Amino acid sequence: MPSRSTLLDDRAIARALTRMASELVERCHGTADVVLVGIQRRGVELAQRLARLVEAQEGKPLPCGKLDITLYRDDLQAVGARPVIGETDLPFDLDDRTVVIVDDVLYTGRTIRAALDELADFGRPRRILLCVLVDRGGRELPIQPDIVGVRQETAGRDRVDVLVRELDGRDAVELARAEG
Amino acid sequence: MSPATLGKDLVGLETLSAAQILLLLDTAERFKEVSERPIKKVPALRGKTIVNLFFEASTRTRISFEFAEKRLSADTVNVASSGSSVSKGETLVDTARNLEAMRIDMVVIRHHASGSAEFLGNRIRSNVINAGDGKHEHPTQGLLDLLTLRDRFGKLEGLKVAICGDVTHSRVARSNIWGLKKLGAEVAVCGPPSLVPREIGQLGVEVMTRIEDAIAWADALNVLRLQLERMTAGFIPSLREYNRVFGVTRERLARAPKDLVIMHPGPMNRGVEIDSDVADGEHSVILPQVTNGVAVRMAALYLLAGGSPDWQHQGGSE
Repeated sequence: MPSRSTLLDDRAIARALTRMASELVERCHGTADVVLVGIQRRGVELAQRLARLVEAQEGKPLPCGKLDITLYRDDLQAVGARPVIGETDLPFDLDDRTVVIVDDVLYTGRTIRAALDELADFGRPRRILLCVLVDRGGRELPIQPDIVGVRQETAGRDRVDVLVRELDGRDAVELARAEG
Repeated sequence: MSPATLGKDLVGLETLSAAQILLLLDTAERFKEVSERPIKKVPALRGKTIVNLFFEASTRTRISFEFAEKRLSADTVNVASSGSSVSKGETLVDTARNLEAMRIDMVVIRHHASGSAEFLGNRIRSNVINAGDGKHEHPTQGLLDLLTLRDRFGKLEGLKVAICGDVTHSRVARSNIWGLKKLGAEVAVCGPPSLVPREIGQLGVEVMTRIEDAIAWADALNVLRLQLERMTAGFIPSLREYNRVFGVTRERLARAPKDLVIMHPGPMNRGVEIDSDVADGEHSVILPQVTNGVAVRMAALYLLAGGSPDWQHQGGSE
């Protein structure tokens, strides 16, 4: 039986996101030309929450898009049945913008590699930042986050589950440790 | 929940389940957006080699497949029967096996013989997609028609679709009937008795012999092309006569209880099965059908490239 523990409960997530929103504005020197891009699935909800928090702090809404990286995965030839593709919707020009990629968990870095390649096909941002709720270590590519909710080293067989109200009915980050 | 998969080949809609058809439509829904991007290309099929093997004339379908392949980053080769060794008498299987010897991954085939796509799929290792086999099926056309109707009406369940005209010679009609029925639509076919096969009722469709009845009943009309090249003799008295009795005209549509959505698989015989003011009218979705065709073909290519690991090579020579 894997042991299950809560890394962040709903209040801890709320506090982390509030801090991340402040950090985001600070690192971008304001909100001018900043856009958020949430990675499907749960990055999309987190990006929308960060956008609302930034609006509450700065009085200006941040444009928010969705990106599905399935078609840019580097293991597409290896996986058997095709994965279901999520919606991509980037309702703004990326040229000369500061793009903040938002995802729930950063692990191997392969998703972010795919996202960077895909974004490059949409335009040429001035700068790209990476914002994640959980950094669980275990990188296989030279990619690092700029803004992090919580850092937690994990083993390869562990699972980190990010639950969000919009999809899962409650907010939580849970860690399922594999035995042994 | 594990998503449905398609298997090795796409030969028709008759052999697909409703879940597989919905998987194709939902995947196509995502691919629509790719064609609207500044760079209309994703790397999903990078390194895959696809041969478009067209034994019959085609503009729309062949170009649509080619765009779909290129937008997925596949490498493509087009083979037409004229100018290839097919015109020297090589058999279909020999042609395909020679192509396979050059390490291809997929074949898109259009052929005048019904059943040719399935026949080929059973004999080669590559994925096979049917781009029209004789009078049998044209599955990607059926799918793009379903997608276009779903775009327009939000759902297919309970929708009334009348397929009008030359049903006998039409693979589009058969693919539409199977696809629409599986997704819960009601289907009628309408045409002169000489162009509607007697057994078509066995597919669970209503048969109408007056275009006025079809127009009064349907939510959407799929107007088929009168396939003059497949008619050897005597199916209709004359084109003018056909238009007078079965033509979809503005006057006839004006008497319908509601506005009908008008589809046509192309190429159109304007002034024969459909009048120009209907084809170009506000309720025509003939060009959206063409746009959706690329998305549907991208979906089929993408899903089939997942392959079917349990499939065994059956007719190989090695």
